Amino acid sequence: MDAESLLLSLELASGSGQGLSPDRRASLLTSLLLVKRDYRYDRVLFWGRILGLVADYYIAQGLSEDQLAPRKTLYSLNCTEWSLLPPATEEMVAQSSVVKGRFMGDPSYEYEHIELQKVNEGEKVFEEEVVIQIKEETRLVYVIDQIDKAVAIIPRGALFKTPFGPTHVNRTFEGLSLSEAKKLSSYFHFREPVELKNKTLLEKADLDPSLDFMDSLEHDVPKGSWSIQMERGNALVVLRSLLWPGLTFYHAPRTRNYGYIYVGTGEKNMDLPFML
Amino acid sequence: MGDLPPYPESLPQQPPSRRSSQASERRRSWGQAQPLAADPEEERQMPPDAQHSTSGWSQRRSLSQQESFLMPRAFQAEEVQLGGTEYPFMNSGFPSEFQPQPYPDESRIQAAQGTTSLILQGLQQGQGGLFQHLDSAFQEPPVSPLNQFNLYQSDQIYESAQHGPYRRDDPALQFSGSELGFPQYNAEVPEPEPLELAVQNAKAYLLQTSINCDLSLYEHLVNLLTKILNQRPEDPLSVLESLNRTTQWEWFHPKLDMLRDDPEMQPTYEMAEKQKALFTRGGGGAEGEQEMEEEVGETPVPNIMETAFYFEQAGVGLSVDESFRIFLALKQLVEQHPIHTCRFWGKILGINRSYLVAEVEFREGEEEVEEEEEVDEVMEGTEVLEAHGEEEGEGDEEKALDFIPKPMWNPPPVIPKEESRSGANKYLYFVCNEPGLPWTRLPHVTPAQIVNARKIKKFFTGYLDAPVVSYPPFPGNEANYLRAQIARISAATQISPLGFYQFSEEEGDEEEEGGAGRDSYEENPDFEGIPVLELIDSMANWVHHTQHILSQGRCTWVNPLQKTEEEEDLGEEEEKVDEGPEEVEQEVGPPLLTPLSEDAEIMHLSPWTMRMSCSLCPQYSVAVVRSNLWPGAYAYASGKKFENIYIGWGHKYSPENFNPALPAPIQQEYPSSPAIMERSDPTVEEEQAVKAVQEEVLAATEEEEEDKEEEEGEETDD
Repeated sequence: MDAESLLLSLELASGSGQGLSPDRRASLLTSLLLVKRDYRYDRVLFWGRILGLVADYYIAQGLSEDQLAPRKTLYSLNCTEWSLLPPATEEMVAQSSVVKGRFMGDPSYEYEHIELQKVNEGEKVFEEEVVIQIKEETRLVYVIDQIDKAVAIIPRGALFKTPFGPTHVNRTFEGLSLSEAKKLSSYFHFREPVELKNKTLLEKADLDPSLDFMDSLEHDVPKGSWSIQMERGNALVVLRSLLWPGLTFYHAPRTRNYGYIYVGTGEKNMDLPFML
Repeated sequence: MGDLPPYPESLPQQPPSRRSSQASERRRSWGQAQPLAADPEEERQMPPDAQHSTSGWSQRRSLSQQESFLMPRAFQAEEVQLGGTEYPFMNSGFPSEFQPQPYPDESRIQAAQGTTSLILQGLQQGQGGLFQHLDSAFQEPPVSPLNQFNLYQSDQIYESAQHGPYRRDDPALQFSGSELGFPQYNAEVPEPEPLELAVQNAKAYLLQTSINCDLSLYEHLVNLLTKILNQRPEDPLSVLESLNRTTQWEWFHPKLDMLRDDPEMQPTYEMAEKQKALFTRGGGGAEGEQEMEEEVGETPVPNIMETAFYFEQAGVGLSVDESFRIFLALKQLVEQHPIHTCRFWGKILGINRSYLVAEVEFREGEEEVEEEEEVDEVMEGTEVLEAHGEEEGEGDEEKALDFIPKPMWNPPPVIPKEESRSGANKYLYFVCNEPGLPWTRLPHVTPAQIVNARKIKKFFTGYLDAPVVSYPPFPGNEANYLRAQIARISAATQISPLGFYQFSEEEGDEEEEGGAGRDSYEENPDFEGIPVLELIDSMANWVHHTQHILSQGRCTWVNPLQKTEEEEDLGEEEEKVDEGPEEVEQEVGPPLLTPLSEDAEIMHLSPWTMRMSCSLCPQYSVAVVRSNLWPGAYAYASGKKFENIYIGWGHKYSPENFNPALPAPIQQEYPSSPAIMERSDPTVEEEQAVKAVQEEVLAATEEEEEDKEEEEGEETDD
C-alpha cells in the first residue's frame, strides 16, 4: 500500500484481522517519509509485516520512476529505523528454499541445515554431512521475493506502458467497475510478465498493449488459489491469497484506492491442493 | 428540409448560449491548439425534438457553423470575458445526453451574457430568417457533412455560389500562424478564400463519422482538449494516451438515466439498506424515553468497542466502524433470542464469504425446541434402521438352505455427543456473513465430527450448506465442520489471566468418577489483576478456561462399549460375534484452568508468543498473547480486563505438510472353510485310476449277474 494513503489503506485492509497498532502507524508515517527522502524513491510502499517468534519484521519497498523496475526492499524491527535488504540472487534462493518453519525475529539468527554432500577423496566417494548456515536475513529476502513474484497484484489500468519503455502510474485510473472488480482477469501480477507470450494470437489481438502488459490472475496455478470477496456491504472488493495466507489485496470499486499488504508468518501454504 | 422550420422558433430561446458557443466552436475550427486563456465552454440546450434525428443534428451543426461564420468576430473578445466557471463542455452537435449538469451553469452563462445577448439576438433572428428564405430557395438535402459545406458556401449571403478551386488539405498551410489568432473584426462576411476552403475541407474530413460510431475525430479531439484544459493535469503529454482512452470511453458510456438506479450498484444499495436497519432503534419516537431507561440497564451484549480498542493496541482486529456494526448486529441477535450472555467470538475467513461468529449462552431453561426435535428425529431414524436390520436378519435365517453370510463387521459404537451446556457444547454459536444479515444458529457438535475435523484440512467457502468433500468423509456439511473447528479453537486458545476464574466451592472432592475433573468455574471477585510485565514474562500467568477436548471428541470421557438398555435388547445376537477390544482405556486430558506453561511445544517452538503492545509506553501497554498453534487467535489483558478473539482461516498450524489419511486396509470378506474352498481338479492319473476301479467293479457285477442268469436258466430247465 502506498505510504501516502497509509491510514486509509490500513482501514480498508483491516478485514483480514491483522493491522497495525496506533504507535506503529504513527511511526510509519514519519519514517517512511524520511525513507522516501533519503533514498530518493518515487513511491514508497508499505509491504507488510512478517510475524516472528521474538519480534516482527516490518517491510517497506521503494519504487523508482519505472514501476516495473526491481524494487528495493527495506526492513525494520521497530518502524523507525530501516535497513536496506540486498536483492535476491539465485544462490540465495537455492539456499533459503530449504528452510522451513517460523521466522525467529532476529535478523542475525542462523538456521542450520544439514545436507549430504558427496566428497571426493582420492578414489573414494562418500557422503558427508555438511552443516550449512543460513542467515535469517537471507531467508527474509527470499521470502519477500517469492511473495512478490507470486501474489503481489494491482488492478488493470492502474499502470500503463508508454512506447518509450517505462511504466507509469496511470493518473486517470478511476477504479474498476463493480462487475469488473469481481473477475480475476481484472487483476495483474505486479511483476514482469511471464506467461504473456504464451497466449494465443487471438487473445493477444484483444489486448491493449498499453494496459495489458502483465500476467493476469486467471491462469494462476492452482486454480482457486485466490478468494474474491465483497466486504463492507459490497463497497470493497478484497482478494486474499490462499497460497500465501496473509496477503490481502483491497480495492474500492470506482475509486482510486487499492493496495496490498502481507501480514503473516512468511510460510507458503503447501497444503493448498488438499484444502480446496 | 422539414426540420429546419423549428429552428428559427427555438433560436430566440437560447440565443446567448448558442451564439457564444458557436463563436468558440468556430474559433476551434480555425486552430485546435490555440492557447486561449480561459476557454469558456457552454453546453447548448438542444431542443429535445431535434435530438433524435442525426440528420437534424447535422443540419443544426451546419446552421451553427454558418451562423458562427457569419457572426461578427468581435464577439470573440466578449467570449473571453465570460468566466471560466462554466461547465466545460464542447457544444456543437453533441447530443444532450452527453452533457451532464447543464442547468446550473446555463443560468450563470445567461447572466453573464445579459448585455451582449440583445445585440446578438437581433442578428441571430435576422440570420434565422435569412436561412429559411435561402433554404427554400436551394433544395439541396444536406445529408453528408461535405454537402453541408457546399450548402454553406453556396449560402454565402451576399455572393453567388462559388465552388472555387479546392486546395488539397495541407496541414502546414491550414494551421499556419496567419490562420491562428484573432482574425480582424469585419462587419461584412468575407469571401471564402482558397485557404479557408482548404480549412473547411479539412474540417469536413475530420467531422466525418463512420458507420460504426457516431463520434468523429473532430469531436473526439475537441473533447480531449477540453478535458485537458479543464483538468490541467501535470505533464499532460505523459498521460495523453490514458486521457484519450478515458474520453472515448466516456462518450460511449454516458450517464443515462437520472430516474433509474444503476443496476450494478443494486446489491450495494441493498446491503446498505440492511445495515441502515441496524442503526434504527427498536421503538418509535414517542417511546424513545422509556426505551432509553430500559436499555441503560444490564444488557448481555458486551462492550465490543472497548474490546476493539484494546485489540487495536495490539494491532489485531477489524476496523472501528466494522466493530461498531458488529456491536449493533449482536444487539439485534440479543433482541431476537433469549440470551443470557453473549460474546463476539471472532471472524473466520472463507473463500467466497466470511463468517462472523458470536458465542452465546441461552437463559436457563430456554433451550430451543428445535434442538429437541432434531434429536428426536435422529433417534427415530436409528430405531427404524435397527428394526429393519432385525427383520432382514430373521428373514435370512429362515432360508436355512441358501443363506447370505452376515457381515461380521460391526461399526464402531457411536460415541454420544455431549449434552448442551456441557463440554464442547457449552456455548451456542451463531454466525452471519455480514452485520445486517440474519444470524444463523450452528448445530451442536458431535464427537465424530471433531475426530474427523482433526483429520482433514479444508477451506470454508462461506455457505453453510456446502458439502465438505474429503477423505475420511466428513459427517456433515460446512455448518458442522465450522462448528467443529470453532470447538477446537475454543478449547485450545481461550485463555485468561491466572486468578480471574476460580473453581467454585463444591462439596464433592476433586476425585470424581474417572478423574474428569471439574467442569465449571466462576469469576473470582477478588481478582486484582496481574501487572503487564509479569503477564508477558511467564506463561504460567495465563490459564485455559475451556475444557480440553479428548481424542475421543468429547471433553468428558465415555466408555463406548457400555451397553445402554436399548442396545442390549437388540444386540443379543451380535454379542457373540463381538470381536472388538473389550477394554478401552480411559482418556484423560489436562484439567480446567491449566496454565499455559503446560502446553505442548510444536517442534521446539513455544506455542504462545507474548508481547507488550507498545514498547514506547510500557506504562499504558496491554499484554498481548498470540497463539502459534492456531494462527489468528489472540488474547489481551490489561488490569482486570481480558478478552480472546480469533480472526483467521480456521486451521491449525503444522510445521509439516498435511498428509491425507490413507484408505483403510481391505477388510476380510469371509473366513476360509472347506465348504467354500475350491477343490483342485483331479489329475489325469487319478482319473484313470478311478476309472479303472469303476470298470473293475462293473465287470465284477456283470459277471455275477451272468452267473445268476445261468443258474436261473439251469434251474428252469429242470
